[in-house]
This record gives sequence, C-alpha cells and structure tokens, in this order.
Amino acid sequence: MNEIIRIETPLTQEKLKSLKVGDNVLISGVIYTGRDAAHKKMVEALEGGEDLPFVMKDQIIYFVGPTPAKEGQVIGSAGPTTSGRMDAYSPKLIARGLTGMIGKGLRSPDVIEAMKKHGAVYFGAIGGAGALIAKRIVSAEVIAYPELGPEAVRRLVVKDFPVMVIIDYEGNNLYEIGKAQYRRV
Amino acid sequence: MKEILAEEIISAVENLCIEANYNLGSDIMTGFNQALKDERSPLGREVLERLIENAEIAKEERVPMCQDTGMAVLFVSIGQDLHVVGGGLTEAINEGVRRGYDKGYLRKSVVKDPFERVNTGDNTPAVIHYDIVPGDELHLIVAPKGFGSENMGGLKMCKPSEGLEGAMQFVVDTVDRAGGNPCPPIIVGVGVGGTMEKATFLAKKGLLREVGIHNPEERLANIEKELLDRVNRLGIGPQGFGGVTTALAVNLEVYPTHIAGMPVAVNIGCHATRHKEITLQGRACQ
Repeated sequence: MNEIIRIETPLTQEKLKSLKVGDNVLISGVIYTGRDAAHKKMVEALEGGEDLPFVMKDQIIYFVGPTPAKEGQVIGSAGPTTSGRMDAYSPKLIARGLTGMIGKGLRSPDVIEAMKKHGAVYFGAIGGAGALIAKRIVSAEVIAYPELGPEAVRRLVVKDFPVMVIIDYEGNNLYEIGKAQYRRV
Repeated sequence: MKEILAEEIISAVENLCIEANYNLGSDIMTGFNQALKDERSPLGREVLERLIENAEIAKEERVPMCQDTGMAVLFVSIGQDLHVVGGGLTEAINEGVRRGYDKGYLRKSVVKDPFERVNTGDNTPAVIHYDIVPGDELHLIVAPKGFGSENMGGLKMCKPSEGLEGAMQFVVDTVDRAGGNPCPPIIVGVGVGGTMEKATFLAKKGLLREVGIHNPEERLANIEKELLDRVNRLGIGPQGFGGVTTALAVNLEVYPTHIAGMPVAVNIGCHATRHKEITLQGRACQ
C-alpha cells in the first residue's frame, strides 16, 4: 500500500503533477458535485456563452447524487456514481480548467486525452460506500440547478475525503494496471 | 377465499423499501468476510474492509448503505384465493414505495419519461412482477436496483450451435466489459432459455438468491461454480482496482426454450444487492 498523501483544494497544476496512479489521497477543502443532468446543463451553458455555476479553474467535481439528509446530517449517503456517463461532457470542462474528477468506473479515450493535454487527474472513491464517505463531508450547499433535486450542483467542504488516483495526468490507468496484475485468462 | 387490506400492503412495502436500503443481507456480509481471506490484492482487501465498515454504519445509524437507493423492483406472488380490499394492489404497492422512499430519506431516482427525463419526485412507479399462485397468502419481495450495475447487463440471442460454452463466454465477456463500473464484488444473475424477456426476467430473479446457495440442480450448480471461477480470473477485483474477487456469486436460472434459440441474459448486481421479503396472511372475509 502506498503512503497516504494529503492535498488541499484548489488542485493546481503543480499539486496534480505530484500525484501518481495508485496513490491514496485524502482531499480537504471545497469540491463541487455534479452528475448527468448538471453536466448536460453546464455544457449547454458553455456553448451558449453563459456563466457556469462556478469557475472551473483548478477545481474538482465529484460525480454524486446524494440521498436526502436526515435531521442532524450535513448530507445523506454520498458515494460516487459511474463516471462513464459524464464522458461526453468532461473534456469540455477540463478544457475550461477543471483539474480533478472523483467518480467510479472506466473513462473514455477522449477524457484521458483531455486530461493529458490540459493536466487533470481522475480519482476513484469507493462505489457503494455512501454511508462511510458522507462522514467526511463537513458542509453541503446547493449552488445551482436546485430543480434537479439529487442532481443539483452542490458546493461541499470536505475533510480528509478518501480517494485513489485511478488515472494520473500522464494517462496511467489503475484499472488496466490492477487488472493485468491479477488476470489469469 | 380470504381478504387483505390494501393499507396492510402499503405499510409492508414501505417497511421493506427502508429495510432493504439500510440492512445489507447477512449472506453478502459473509461473502465479504470470505473474500477478505481469499483476496490477494492489498488494495482489494482494503476495499472489502471499507465495504464491511460501510454496511455496519448503514445498519447502526439507519441510513442508506448507498446513495443509489435504486428503482424499486417488486416480485409479488398472490394466492388465487386472496382478495385485496380497500384499494387496488398495484396502487397499494406504489403508495408503499412512495412512503418508504419519503420516510426513509431514500433518493428519488425515477424519471417519468425516458426521453424527457423529469423526476417523478417520489421514486414511483415501481417495476412490479406478478405471479398468481395457489393459496391465500401474499408474498412480497422488494429489490431496489441501482443503475451503476443495471446498466452493465446484457442479452444475447445465442444460436443453439453455440452451446453451453457460447453461453458461458457471453457471461464472462459481459462481466469483463463491465470492469469496475458495477461496483465489484458483484453478484451475477444469469437467465438462459425461454424468450427474450423471459431470459432477462430469470437473470434478475437470479439476483434474489442468497450468496452461497447454488442452483438445486447439480448440473447447473457446477456451471455456476465454473462461471464464478472464470469471472474471478478476469482480474477486475474489488472496485476494479485489481484482484481475485470480482464476483461473490453467479446464480443461474434456466427455462425451456424454442428449438431455434438460446437466449442468454446477464443481470449484474453490485456489492449492495438488496432484497427483503415478507409473507402476508389473508384473514377471513368480512
């Protein structure tokens, strides 16, 4: 197991270039949520020349649609959703300065190319561990598209949010490396 | 003839929706613990430990184990000598889902139209499979289905000449293509035979079987064991980070089919494959 690396957002080019595939990372600071419908709206806004809900430069988007918070909770269960559905949109946000994405599952060659070209990292959180992950979220506030309910864009403050570097800025991919190591077919 | 109040069905469905999302089955917990012993990848073991911890938190704090609390899928067996009074059966089930997803703080993940995609706001309608059986009882299974895993399933209308090996290869290829997307370790439901829709139904039904219980027919149990071995050789591992635990179980269901066909369906369940059930007794008619 690699040692644990702590990073504070914003995720600058300098910070992300120190991260390598397979690194265990604890993220603290502000991150933003967005999934299918919010990505569609953000890219439509970009193409229409409108403002985005937040400035993309050096920011991290977490692909998540949480459950409603119970009384006394900051947020409900909040594990990652499958990132592949955002593949159609991510390259456009990366081109606008987005430097980090947190999700689960495979990414397309187009996304990986954009990450290499502009400098971005794809982190994995443990899919289906929504109850556990929610404990690392300190605050949550809907900042755009409230009509989307669980899909609204939220500004989260996280403390020691546990992720792993799945694809680094050079395109090294843990899904390929890990699978090759244990594959016997 | 006996009867049952719609209100009783509503309340049972409400409760099953909540319990299914808060309490992971002990069979899957046992599967995690066994996998922890067998897994060679340190990263894979770390993931399994976190999944166990997550399920424990969900149970103790009564919160959903996963934020994708699913589309509610119900398997309903109604005795032919039972009469529902005080409302329709389908309406009662949907009302139970509506209440369960509201009171349990579960995510509303259903859109009304697949193209227009506006959320219905209450997680209805459910997908309901009815079966009419002898007797005067009502058996309900609630199986909330997340779509990270649902999206990775597949169907192949195999030619009979492809045989058992062709069917098995399709199962293995489907799991391989899915990679880390469906949140491994997964449960693989496989349905073979019938017609196109019967095979997919059987595959879904395979996900209801407890982990560790094989098909009662030895020949089919052996196919399940071989398939489990083959998918676990793919190297995908927990969360797709690499390892020997890609699936906890492969559950195969078969049905007679046509001389010209061999439908093969694969329905993948994530590590939070949830299902809770109850049998309601009718009472003497008033």
